Amino acid sequence: MSETDPSRRDAAAAGPSPGPGSRPRATGNAAAGAKAATGAYTPAAVSPNRRGQRRYTIRLWAVRHSRLLEWVYHRFAHAFLLLHPLWKAIGYARAEAPVTAVERRVKGVLFDCRMCGQCILSSTGMSCPMNCPKQLRNGPCGGVRANGNCEVEPDMPCVWVKAWEGSRQMAGGDAILAVQKPVNQSLRETSSWLRVTAAAAMARDDEKDAGGTR
Amino acid sequence: MTLPERLPGHSSRGRLERVLRRGEFAVTAELNPPDSADPEEVYERAAIFEGWVDGINAVDASGANCHMSSVGICALLTRMGYAPIMQIACRDRNRIAIQGDVLGASAMGVSNILCLTGDGVQAGDQPGAKPVFDLDCMSLLETIRTMRDQSKFLSGRKLSAPPEVFLGAAINPFAPPYDFRPYRLAKKIAAGAQFVQSQYCFDVPMLKRYMDTVRALGLHEQCFILIGVGPMASARTARWMRANVPGVHIPDTIIARLEGAADQRAEGKRICIDIINEVKEIPGIAGIHVMAYRQEEYVAEIVHESGVLKGRRPWRREPAGDEDRLRERLDGLEHDAVERPTDRAAEAANVAPQR
Ligand code: SF4
Repeated sequence: MSETDPSRRDAAAAGPSPGPGSRPRATGNAAAGAKAATGAYTPAAVSPNRRGQRRYTIRLWAVRHSRLLEWVYHRFAHAFLLLHPLWKAIGYARAEAPVTAVERRVKGVLFDCRMCGQCILSSTGMSCPMNCPKQLRNGPCGGVRANGNCEVEPDMPCVWVKAWEGSRQMAGGDAILAVQKPVNQSLRETSSWLRVTAAAAMARDDEKDAGGTR
Repeated sequence: MTLPERLPGHSSRGRLERVLRRGEFAVTAELNPPDSADPEEVYERAAIFEGWVDGINAVDASGANCHMSSVGICALLTRMGYAPIMQIACRDRNRIAIQGDVLGASAMGVSNILCLTGDGVQAGDQPGAKPVFDLDCMSLLETIRTMRDQSKFLSGRKLSAPPEVFLGAAINPFAPPYDFRPYRLAKKIAAGAQFVQSQYCFDVPMLKRYMDTVRALGLHEQCFILIGVGPMASARTARWMRANVPGVHIPDTIIARLEGAADQRAEGKRICIDIINEVKEIPGIAGIHVMAYRQEEYVAEIVHESGVLKGRRPWRREPAGDEDRLRERLDGLEHDAVERPTDRAAEAANVAPQR
């Protein structure tokens, strides 16, 4: 389907042609050969979507322990909700900056979080979908390599292959089958924790009100 | 005559939807988009398919290579009475541009839209481009479905006339994670996909395994599944595709068969027909999608020799809805006196036109 188009055949034939059945070299820099042929400076450690190539060790660890992290998160979300009076006293708006700073660091280390502000880690097997070069939030694209690595970044395990593995270990893993809405870009760099807590507190209060009036 | 209204239970007035819903084995093909501003090139390429296919895919910068846009190709094709399937890739445009294109295309008479994620920009001729990926194929499907069924934009703003389109998506049963793939199809159906076209199929056993799960989930009854096929020009091309085109899986046996043949081009066509013959017997398959890149002249032969149409001749011409109006205007223009811009300028200057 036409996500395919061999019209680059000529270009490739002109450059160094790949060996039989060869895959592009695993350098973290897709089609490095083609780019180098243009004379451009192409350091091997830079990914095509212009961010430094990181190691994936911790991120992959998180996926392997998705069941544990799911449990931890449930505890944590509960505790955060208990702190609701505190957040309300400080004011959610004022708590935003410090909480965001903590959230960015904690989730940054664990998941390579990109602070989209609408975290769906529990629906994606604890594999952050914003690390997918196409930022897909609904499953793997059609380009995943036979070895399970990403189409765009040949040495990165496909975020969604990992997500599927992670979700299979989680109690609520089937959340991966739900269709996700598009990212609201205006929520970038805001705290997902506070948003979830505020929403949960509101739902809880509504429930209480409904119970009271009945 | 064009259908003035949708048939009951149909989402579009298009031919492809009617063929599929009648239970016929459908055939679609992919038009190789020209690198040109000349409409003739599109017409020529479409004419090859005439009488052989039920829909023509207008690709949206496939492989992240620049070509004539899919909206442009669709506009030309609908003008000539073809039934295009407009592809939309999320790689190049954000939700504002895409929703506008959907309305424009539907106004031009496009009845089928195929929602794709799109290849990464690294795969194409402009690796320095900014990848957009504002929506993904799933949210794109949902967005267009909302526009069609609820007559509103993603933002909730009302449309005065919704786009009547038959919604499609792509599947690739040949890429990992294999056991997730059928569920991903289920998600696409939940998001609004009514038909799907697959990536090139060269591995029929793998497709059969996929279809087993699809049937177990009952997905083949909720959506029409068209399998992508195509001839390989040579073993070298096959190797190149396998190594360079994202998501194409070609088993070694196919390459060995190509290599062993005296005439590789003819053998490529033979393999394609063999695959079609196997695929059409799999329960739950509703048609094929032929991608014969730079071998478009083979499409008719392949379709004919595989006998998938069973003697049916796809309709040649499908007039657009506004055809009568267009004809009236063209007639009117013909009979009007030719107007010279200088006359108008003179009029404006309030001077009597010189004769
Ligand atoms: S291969 Fe996986 S990580 Fe790479 S773009 Fe596709 S879905 Fe995203």
